[in-house]
Amino acid sequence: MSMNQTETSSAGSRAPKRQPHSSGLIDIAIRYGFLALLVGLVIFFSVFANGFAGPRSAVFIFQSVAITGILALGVTCTLVVGGFDLSIGSVATSSMMLAAYMMVVLEQSAFVAIVACLAMGALIGLINGLLIVKTKVPDLLATLGMMFLLVGLQRIPTEGRSIATGMSLPDGSTAEGTFSPLFLQLGRHRFDFMLDNLLPAPVIFLVVIGILVWVFLELTRHGRLMYAIGSNERAASLTGTNVNNYKILAYMISGVLASIGGMLLAARLGRGDIASGTNLLLDAVAASLIGFAVLGAAKPNAFGTSMGALFVGILLQGLTMMNAPYYTQDFIKGLVLVIALVFTFSLSARKAGGH
Amino acid sequence: MNGTLCDLRSVDKSFGDNRVLKQLNLSLPAGSVTVLMGANGAGKSTLVKILSGVHALDAGSITLLGKDFRPSTPSEAIRAGVVTVHQNINDGVIPDLDVASNLLIDRLAEPGYGFFLKRRQNYADAERIASQMGLSLNVRQSVAELGVADRQLIAIARAMAHDPQLLILDEPTSSLSASEAERLFLLIERLSAKGVAVLYISHRMSDIRRIADRIVSMRDGEISGVFEGEELDYEGAVNAMLGHRMTDADITIGTPGKRVLEITDLKLLSGSKPFDFDLSENEVVAITGLLGSGKSAFAQSLFGLGRPAGGRIRIDGEDYAPANPKAAIARGVFMSAKDRANNAVVADFDITRNITLPFLGRYSNLSFVRRSDERRTANEMIEALSVVCQGETDSIGTLSGGNQQKVMLARWLAEQCRLLLLDEPFQGVDIRARRDIGRKIRETAKNRATLVFVSELDEALEVADRIIVMTEHSVAAEFRNENVDLNEILTAVTGAMPADADSAARTAHA
Repeated sequence: MSMNQTETSSAGSRAPKRQPHSSGLIDIAIRYGFLALLVGLVIFFSVFANGFAGPRSAVFIFQSVAITGILALGVTCTLVVGGFDLSIGSVATSSMMLAAYMMVVLEQSAFVAIVACLAMGALIGLINGLLIVKTKVPDLLATLGMMFLLVGLQRIPTEGRSIATGMSLPDGSTAEGTFSPLFLQLGRHRFDFMLDNLLPAPVIFLVVIGILVWVFLELTRHGRLMYAIGSNERAASLTGTNVNNYKILAYMISGVLASIGGMLLAARLGRGDIASGTNLLLDAVAASLIGFAVLGAAKPNAFGTSMGALFVGILLQGLTMMNAPYYTQDFIKGLVLVIALVFTFSLSARKAGGH
Repeated sequence: MNGTLCDLRSVDKSFGDNRVLKQLNLSLPAGSVTVLMGANGAGKSTLVKILSGVHALDAGSITLLGKDFRPSTPSEAIRAGVVTVHQNINDGVIPDLDVASNLLIDRLAEPGYGFFLKRRQNYADAERIASQMGLSLNVRQSVAELGVADRQLIAIARAMAHDPQLLILDEPTSSLSASEAERLFLLIERLSAKGVAVLYISHRMSDIRRIADRIVSMRDGEISGVFEGEELDYEGAVNAMLGHRMTDADITIGTPGKRVLEITDLKLLSGSKPFDFDLSENEVVAITGLLGSGKSAFAQSLFGLGRPAGGRIRIDGEDYAPANPKAAIARGVFMSAKDRANNAVVADFDITRNITLPFLGRYSNLSFVRRSDERRTANEMIEALSVVCQGETDSIGTLSGGNQQKVMLARWLAEQCRLLLLDEPFQGVDIRARRDIGRKIRETAKNRATLVFVSELDEALEVADRIIVMTEHSVAAEFRNENVDLNEILTAVTGAMPADADSAARTAHA
């Protein structure tokens, strides 16, 4: 219902205008429309979904968006330089499998597992970046190829099985290692915040990473140059910017963030689960694209991405609590994404044509 | 044979505020080759696009064979008999298909062709078309395997399959060798003898001398000269195209300061003539020449975008061979690139961010950008260049072309440099902004050397102390901008061609 309202209001705001300066109200609608919708959604569910309003429910939402949010921040960095990273979902699941393999099969410490995962994320980002800037493979195709490659690769060491303590290995022996308790805490620990055991650790990670990415993109000159590359690569290079390095950097950030997401997933599940993480890519991409519409940015941005992830999380949690069947969730997500994209691109086109 | 085939009357065309064609009148006689000359932005491409149905005209009329001609799509123009071969050959051929499909592609697109390909018939038809055109090609070969010249000829052959009344060729020889071009000229002559009107757009004087029956010069959206008869007045045509509405720019040539740029034996291409060139502080030198004369190659080699084939460049006495723009900027060589929309403007950024882009490091502490500092610089530059805007946070897209250009200039004037390269700084800029920009370039020139690359003589005369004319990737002549004889410059711009050398030798002999 609230969805319908935005749809009409946005359509109404676009339709008639040819005069650029009479558009104060529309500008407000573009800027704050999405956030207003977010607030509206919260109010709507608070009233109609029993038990929605409350810290426990909020935490549940945060927890569900934490991992996709982190991945989405990585995609955002690649979108900023005019690229796209389709491999994040499989980087995350590879990282999950690697963490489990390191600890359960190779019986390594949590520290070694974490370093290995981060290094893998950075390496895959580097390879993606090199494929794109050196061999000139188009970004979507390079990262799509990498996605397939990783989906296969992560299954090779265990011959396609999930990793858990006690599993039998290809050579007939049994995996004796266990997840280190410290590692599991990364995904499971809850900090006291107003209530005991309220805030799950992944949420803290999301907030910290979100702030770091925002600061990097908005306040530093590197972020500025990355936006310049995304807007006009040729102009950026003619002002002495090393375009290739920044592009590679963006993919490396994306890879590292995806590997963090994967580790948090492994810590939450306590095993290397082949079947989990299938939705990560689409959810993360949706969050960052929805983020275009936040504050009328019409470009990838860290704040918008976080809000996009939150929006999807609230919507799904609310619908679940109103007993909407699970299979409607993907449909709703897709619908929100399409509407946000229409919102962004038709309005940004209008903005560029105006004034 | 010489009846008028196509007649344009009072044709007007504007894009937004930019009036590209102004009351243009032109008639094209059947059976002759009309060469159309015009500098960048003169409106040639727009004219071609109107004739080929890409753009619709705003006002005026076109008649083709006495009938009103007003194509709304390219295919309509082709059916009416106006066929265009575009400058970019790859627009004319589809590399992944074979020669036959390329020759017949328009027929495949026609509504009545049917659903399935008729392969055998296609090959037969294609062979017939090829042989009519004197092309000896295997029509089953993929176009991707062919050279540029063959692709060009295929594009033209494809055009011929429509029995054109009017054939438009846009810079067809720009990527052809001399012998390949000769094949093309023979073809054009044969068509012209059959009564086809040919509109041939080129800047190459050698081509023009070879093929032109008449020359039409275009300037600022108007026809500025038509040259016909037994002896074509080539210099007059170039003059009409470049124009010299002597503007009241009063250049006072200052005293050159310290030597900045020293060039010895620079060869831009492996086959081009080496040249020397010096430039000092407080000097503004304009480099001019026709398209393809090597201006851009010169600018690019100075900014690290291309390597010269040989020679030595020194800046302030030290060797200079930048590998990329970053290295050039580090040595104090800045370049404001031509074609600002593609090469300079960051459309998503506001004025401030566009100005500070190259030197963000100066506005940052530990990589954090100090916004108030960059805003201050932006405001100073807006003031200094009298950029018309509401404020430094205006999006760059809201500015007019001239003001955008000023911002692009501000980007490089905000920092002190040793050598400033300005490639076509007056492109797409109205006369007032052009004066502002020219004045600003001269005012700030004191402590640096300045090179301005322009194709219009006017612009060179308005801004420069010295004018260097380039032809064939080398320096052809140099003029001090004081009581210059325009005709001498024009001779230099058009000259240094084999034909000229011949005639000079003959005169000398006599």
